Amino acid sequence: MHEMAICEGILQSLENIRAKENFDKIKIVRLEIGCFSGVETDAVQFSFDAVTRGTFAENATLEIIQQNGKAYCMDCANVFETNDRLMPCPRCDGINTMTYGGDALRIKDLEVV
Amino acid sequence: MCNTCGCASGNLKIEGDEHHHDHDHNHDHDHEHQHEHEHHHHDHDHHHDHDIDYNKLPARNHNPGMSQARMIEIEENILAKNDAYAAQNRDLFKAKGILALNLVSSPGSGKTSLLVETIKALQEKFQVTVIEGDQQTTNDADRIRETGVKAIQVNTGKGCHLDGHMVGHALEHLAPADGSILFIENVGNLVCPAAFDLGEAAKIAVLSVTEGEDKPLKYPDMFAASKIMILNKIDLLPHLDFDVEACINNAKRINPEIKVLQVSAKTRAGFDEWLNLLEGLRGQIIAEILAEQEAKLNKFKNLLK
Repeated sequence: MHEMAICEGILQSLENIRAKENFDKIKIVRLEIGCFSGVETDAVQFSFDAVTRGTFAENATLEIIQQNGKAYCMDCANVFETNDRLMPCPRCDGINTMTYGGDALRIKDLEVV
Repeated sequence: MCNTCGCASGNLKIEGDEHHHDHDHNHDHDHEHQHEHEHHHHDHDHHHDHDIDYNKLPARNHNPGMSQARMIEIEENILAKNDAYAAQNRDLFKAKGILALNLVSSPGSGKTSLLVETIKALQEKFQVTVIEGDQQTTNDADRIRETGVKAIQVNTGKGCHLDGHMVGHALEHLAPADGSILFIENVGNLVCPAAFDLGEAAKIAVLSVTEGEDKPLKYPDMFAASKIMILNKIDLLPHLDFDVEACINNAKRINPEIKVLQVSAKTRAGFDEWLNLLEGLRGQIIAEILAEQEAKLNKFKNLLK
């Protein structure tokens, strides 16, 4: 359940941004989360609501943009997009693949009032 | 929340580290200063790298003139703070030629027993220090200290993983020597520690043969993040149906480059290979530093020619 720690980090970033940007409330927080970042988006949503309760970010809508990873097939050199480390190569059906990317864990932007 | 270095309050406890509780930060504290610097740097980055366009209206429908809603572009890595602490730790390891290894596994895989036996075999030759992560108790650090080496326990309280900041504080207390080997035994958890860089040279996933051979498939992120997998408790294999080959194949499917060792902390089977690997990794780190220094030296020697 490190999503709680992740959301505490997000809240801290939001506090830092607010100190500079001078706004009252946050309406939307947009995150980009990769499929191989080790983060469960449902748990992020749950934790975000929990850690922002009673703060200026309470009731902010969390929008999560999912980022896919990629895989390289070591049998036929095909590169394909996937969010499943075990997905066989769609070209040759081989399972000797190596996944990479899909590790984004980013606050993209905010909508504030 | 501590304002100086952003220490989270709560149940975090580092042995011998009182400031976490009273939050009365001492500013001639080396590590703290670096943190402050990092924060500053971070803020600085933020101001200059990302334009803030007040005119840019959000993509959704708003009542013009009614709402002062505006977009702020952030593009900030959520783990940036952890990564900055990890980078500081990595710099320290590099400056001192320390091999730092992050041991990750589920609870009960035998990490501490493996460490105890490894330390007994290594401590004549190299200085070894240990950072122990657990939610509660100093039991593991106590077991390590019985071998005579320095160990420090970090209790994460409700936390499910060690982070770069906790390790940085623990390092202040441990003060590992030049050329030493540091083992960081993470909280027993095959999920969360995968995301947190501590500054280590490698994550080592420990899997015992009393677990399922499909663990690498069930917890792929951790096995993808690890450079080495240790299959522990192999002395028990005759009593189990564990399929070693299937397990290794599963790990390689997730991470084709993972190096797999089979050991028993109890009988020390496979220990020669394990100890050689450690010695090799340590040598590699020192050789890299030497090569860098030599390149620097040659550069200046050439200036004299």
